[in-house]
Amino acid sequence: MAIRIKDFTEKESPLTNGHRMCPGCGAPTAVHQGLMGVESPVVVVNATGCLEVSTTVYPFSSWRVPWIHTAFENAGAGVSGVEAAYVALKKRGKIDKEIKFVAFGGDGGTYDIGLQSLSGALERGQDFTYICYNNGGYMNTGAQRSSATPKGANATTSPAGTASAGKPQKPKDLTAIVEAHHIPYVAQTTLFNATDVAEKVKRAVETPGPAFVNILVPCVLFWGIDPSLQQDICKLAADTRFWPVYEVVDGVWKLTYKPKKRVPIEEFLKPQARFRHLFKGDGSKAMLEEIQADVDADWQVILDRCGETWEV
Amino acid sequence: MPRREITSGNWAFAEAMRQINPDVVAAYPITPSTDIPMKFADFVANGKVDTNFVTVESEHSAITASITASAAGARVMTASSANGVALMHEIFPIAGCFRTPIVFGLVNRCIGAPINIHCDHSDSMAERDAGWIHLYCEDAQEAYDTAILAIRLAEHKDVLSPVFVCQDGFITSHGFEPVEILEDSTVKAFVGERDADFPLLDVDNPVTYGSFAMSEYYFEIKRQQVEAMKNVLKVYDGVAKDYEAVSGRFYPKLDRYRTEDADFIVVVMSSASGVVKDVVDELREQGIKAGCLRVRMFRPFPADEVAEILAGAKAVAVLDRALSIGGTAPLAAEIKSALYDCGKNIPVQSCVYGLGGRDFFPQYARELFMDLAAGKVSREERYLGLLE
Amino acid sequence: MKDRGNSAEMGKPKKWQDVPMGGIAFGSSAEAVETGQWRSMRPVWDGEKCISCLLCWNQCPDRSILTDGNGKVTGIDTFYCKGCGICAHICPKKAIEMRPESEFTGPGAGAKGE
Repeated sequence: MAIRIKDFTEKESPLTNGHRMCPGCGAPTAVHQGLMGVESPVVVVNATGCLEVSTTVYPFSSWRVPWIHTAFENAGAGVSGVEAAYVALKKRGKIDKEIKFVAFGGDGGTYDIGLQSLSGALERGQDFTYICYNNGGYMNTGAQRSSATPKGANATTSPAGTASAGKPQKPKDLTAIVEAHHIPYVAQTTLFNATDVAEKVKRAVETPGPAFVNILVPCVLFWGIDPSLQQDICKLAADTRFWPVYEVVDGVWKLTYKPKKRVPIEEFLKPQARFRHLFKGDGSKAMLEEIQADVDADWQVILDRCGETWEV
Repeated sequence: MPRREITSGNWAFAEAMRQINPDVVAAYPITPSTDIPMKFADFVANGKVDTNFVTVESEHSAITASITASAAGARVMTASSANGVALMHEIFPIAGCFRTPIVFGLVNRCIGAPINIHCDHSDSMAERDAGWIHLYCEDAQEAYDTAILAIRLAEHKDVLSPVFVCQDGFITSHGFEPVEILEDSTVKAFVGERDADFPLLDVDNPVTYGSFAMSEYYFEIKRQQVEAMKNVLKVYDGVAKDYEAVSGRFYPKLDRYRTEDADFIVVVMSSASGVVKDVVDELREQGIKAGCLRVRMFRPFPADEVAEILAGAKAVAVLDRALSIGGTAPLAAEIKSALYDCGKNIPVQSCVYGLGGRDFFPQYARELFMDLAAGKVSREERYLGLLE
Repeated sequence: MKDRGNSAEMGKPKKWQDVPMGGIAFGSSAEAVETGQWRSMRPVWDGEKCISCLLCWNQCPDRSILTDGNGKVTGIDTFYCKGCGICAHICPKKAIEMRPESEFTGPGAGAKGE
């Protein structure tokens, strides 16, 4: 399953140049890396959001593969429909190619408004891969909070102010919710190294049945980071254990990245302007402690699930 | 040989679906259309069809999956009613825009609140602007025939638009009556195979559906949909004649019942037409020149033909089985508009009846005709069968 | 030279009949969009220092690192590069340096070249 980057430099990505995603955005990198190792032709279904809007400003489409967008909350149902058509037409001898089906949704269209549609598609056991590019907010409409937004983040519908330290709730564990559908492959990853996203998505797409990959990606504008820090911030997310990197294959949990040192959560939060308020004044200390406590507790849960210990 | 059986509107529609054997059906149950996916599931389970039947988890997902399957190149059918149709509202215009020729069994039931499972047209009327063709069926035979005809109409290259085949909830959908069912081979030959223009599954010729279209393009894309609807008016009769050739039954856009020399015409849709037609016959016996115009095609609305039919009347009443609260009821609005555009200043009485399944009795029709004859027509909306 | 797309040729339609049915877009038409115009900083690649590790190629959101047929980096695709600086930052050999775009375009440009 190991991916060698060099093998893919001449392979055309399903996503072309000329898209309008922001400079340094993590989403197109995730798309390029994720689909790099997929050998079969793919059809992409995309929920409304940054990726959808910025790659298909009519008449300029950045998709080299068949692509369809209908609405925000229904990528799960959308990919179900295309896959159902494929199965039907293949059975009737009208198609003989092997084609794979990939749905993209942001955390908005996946964790929140699109959760039902995703759940239904997973439950039906159809053969598709759903990739969530998770930048922790409804970024396309101006960084409103989603259930994936980190605790303490300044989001435009849970702003930090004199009466608030930002979003009060910790992020929803969607990957676990998806795993509870008992589908054959579930993974959580980020752009922290050169190959993890490519390997996990390849495995997801090649696994028959429903598969899900939750990829944490930065939003340069609304995380408030320098665009060049794309990989760095993802590495911090993994190293601080804010975003554990793991996969679940047929119900068996496997931790695929174990940080070598204990890195405090502040290291992930400090480079991001959306957490700036947590480093001013005493009032935010409590919030920082809560965030660290959440990370530690959730990490322990992952360790237990994966049958791992962590001595640092 | 065609066979005759006693069946319901729902089962007749499902039987048409069996004979059409679409590639994909994605459907969710809701009273009173539930029988359609249930009957169809039975066909699937017993190998009577080899359709890919997707048991989606909501109506919104049903219509979404239907559109993406159709855009992928599959022939798709589904069914729903009432609040299920309302839940699909967001997505219907997308089917219209993408030109996906879905045939949809819309079993008319009122939209809540109050929650009520019985018939009125508030569900389909709320979708009259979505870019779908609307055909309203009077009885189970018509529902069966229209389902089959609609496939050819929807997939016609100059049309390529989705179709609602409407029938009255419970009244038609659950009422049992004799229906002539064509032979499987006749239906199969009539509908043929779908030849999709820009299928997603043609991976060698990738297409992008659902781009973000700014103000420089949106209007033009919509104008094309308007043109497709205009084309329906041109091609429909040809498709209906082709259907007549295999079935012996011709379904016009507008069903004229003794309207040619009528002084007083009642305009109505779906099952209540039967009541009106009976009363027309009664009144004709008494020397009153009554007539009934049953509108079968509501979208596109054949305004010119309607105006022609009503041109000679002294007074017209329009029966709407839906309100447009705060405005003119949908069918009445179309009728008044058609007459106005043709310079016909005929008095039109707008009436609303049958909401939430309230029965429509012959005496309401009788009283209505008598009022028209007595010149009792006003611009005030009237409510037939309301306690007042 | 890459084919820069086809729906681009549509330009502004003169009438509604010219717009493809269903708002469907074709081909990789975005290839006609010169996102390079967004740049305020330009990556300057030093072929001498580059070891073609491809970390930059792999992380670029805009696939704007040019390679030959054998996985060797040959330069930056300035038609598309948005100047985010990921490549310069990720390079283990400091083979890419971000310079102000004004050194290359606009008045007083041309002094350094690509």
